[in-house]
Amino acid sequence: MKTYQPPIDKEKTVITIRNLRVSFGDLHVLRGVDLDLYQGENLVVLGRSGTGKSVLIKVLVGLLKADSGSVNVLGQDVSRLTPRELDTLRLKIGFSFQNSALYDSMTVRENLEFPLIRNVRNLSRDEINRSVEEVLDDVGLLQAINQMPSELSGGQRKRIGIARTLILKPDIMLYDEPTAGLDPITSGDINDLINEVQERHHTSSIIITHDLTCARTVGDRITMLLDGQFQRTGTFDEVFSGPSDERVQQFYDYNFVENKSTV
Amino acid sequence: MNVNATEPKRPVITRRLDRMFLALADVAAFVARFFREVFVPPYEFREVIRQCFEVGVRSLPLISLTGFITGIVFTNQSRPSLAEFGATSWLPSLISIALVRALGPLVTALICAGRVSSNIGAELGSMRVTEQIDAMEVSATNPFKFLVVSRVLATSFMVPILVMYTVFVGLMGAYINVHQNEETSFPTFIEQVFDAVSFLDIFSSVIKSIVFGFTIGLVGCYKGYHSSKGTEGVGRAANSSVVTSMFLIFIEEVLILQIVQAIRSSG
Repeated sequence: MKTYQPPIDKEKTVITIRNLRVSFGDLHVLRGVDLDLYQGENLVVLGRSGTGKSVLIKVLVGLLKADSGSVNVLGQDVSRLTPRELDTLRLKIGFSFQNSALYDSMTVRENLEFPLIRNVRNLSRDEINRSVEEVLDDVGLLQAINQMPSELSGGQRKRIGIARTLILKPDIMLYDEPTAGLDPITSGDINDLINEVQERHHTSSIIITHDLTCARTVGDRITMLLDGQFQRTGTFDEVFSGPSDERVQQFYDYNFVENKSTV
Repeated sequence: MNVNATEPKRPVITRRLDRMFLALADVAAFVARFFREVFVPPYEFREVIRQCFEVGVRSLPLISLTGFITGIVFTNQSRPSLAEFGATSWLPSLISIALVRALGPLVTALICAGRVSSNIGAELGSMRVTEQIDAMEVSATNPFKFLVVSRVLATSFMVPILVMYTVFVGLMGAYINVHQNEETSFPTFIEQVFDAVSFLDIFSSVIKSIVFGFTIGLVGCYKGYHSSKGTEGVGRAANSSVVTSMFLIFIEEVLILQIVQAIRSSG
């Protein structure tokens, strides 16, 4: 269970989504999604593979376009922004990709410097080095500074991916399947890191996952995406102890009953 | 609901034509975007220089070997025909015209299509499927400008330089062969080379090389940038970059040849 209780301001939403619809040809992935992310909270979006969880956060940063509905991030309607305005907004959002998406041809240092050098002007070499070392220290991987991404383990790559987003000091963090493909111990470390980021950087986050251990460990609020809509929203206990829904129950059973080793 | 269920099935040929025109429109949009972005700041000078190094310096060993062998082999193969007419003294002129007008640009472009275009296709394809291009975009960096514009500029700059180098190395190979067989001195060889080549030959060769370089970079970038379907797509992007580049290079060679011949005959 999550031990850190963040100061969540329920009067202030940083992301507001209303009636969002996204489809790919005949495949309707999101069918009228409504969502609010409050200042300071970690919101976990649960759902099976292929239900459109990643599509949701890609729409938030303008990587995918919605068919209809409104997406408001930090007071700005994403669909109406010019490319330059969208870039400015993106600097306030950290996006941690499922496969980390580290630049293979660059060292860890260069990966971290890349967004900093390109987006923050007039930084001295010392300031850049200090920022890089600071975020690497935050994720506990200072010793990997000169390594290539190919020399890192899956968990280390995830940490460097998160560090790369933190270097621009974002207000919002979006995590796409942060524990996918990791062993339970490394997954636990990543979950702790997500909580540390929330505590130290005061970020508001959306965490996309189908891992209930991750959801329970990092989520202040949880919502389940089923059939292109959010069916249940609340704390972990509210979602899984409420009126029974076969699909929600199935999801729980698979994680905690059939797969007892993760309990 | 499947909206296509009620539509009558169209013939295969019209569906293929549709796909072809859609693909052409997509390529046209890609080229238009290149010309739109190339003049708009910020300029990626460092990345262009890095790519020039990748395209130019790393191609040198292969280009040197191929150019040198081309010079020797072409000289050797041309000698018997000229010897029949007692015209072996024309070898330097013949070789220089062949190298400057056709062999230099074509050999260099085909090598670059194989080495550089496939490399670009595979690199960008791999970046696409591992979401590195998306990562660049969400960190407020224009991936088209950083990855595509820089690579296309680098190939457009470097291929003409590599062509000049190939011609030079090819001539050196030819000189060694001519010197061994006809005992022609180096100043005489060089004099004959420059006498045979006109300004139009050099100018058309440079223009042709720029067109080839642009094609090699653009095809590699287009195939890689639009790669999909995981690792299989990366391999396909690399392969398709080479095949399409080579195909286009031959078509461009024929078209430019026609234009140059028209200029030559009118002048």
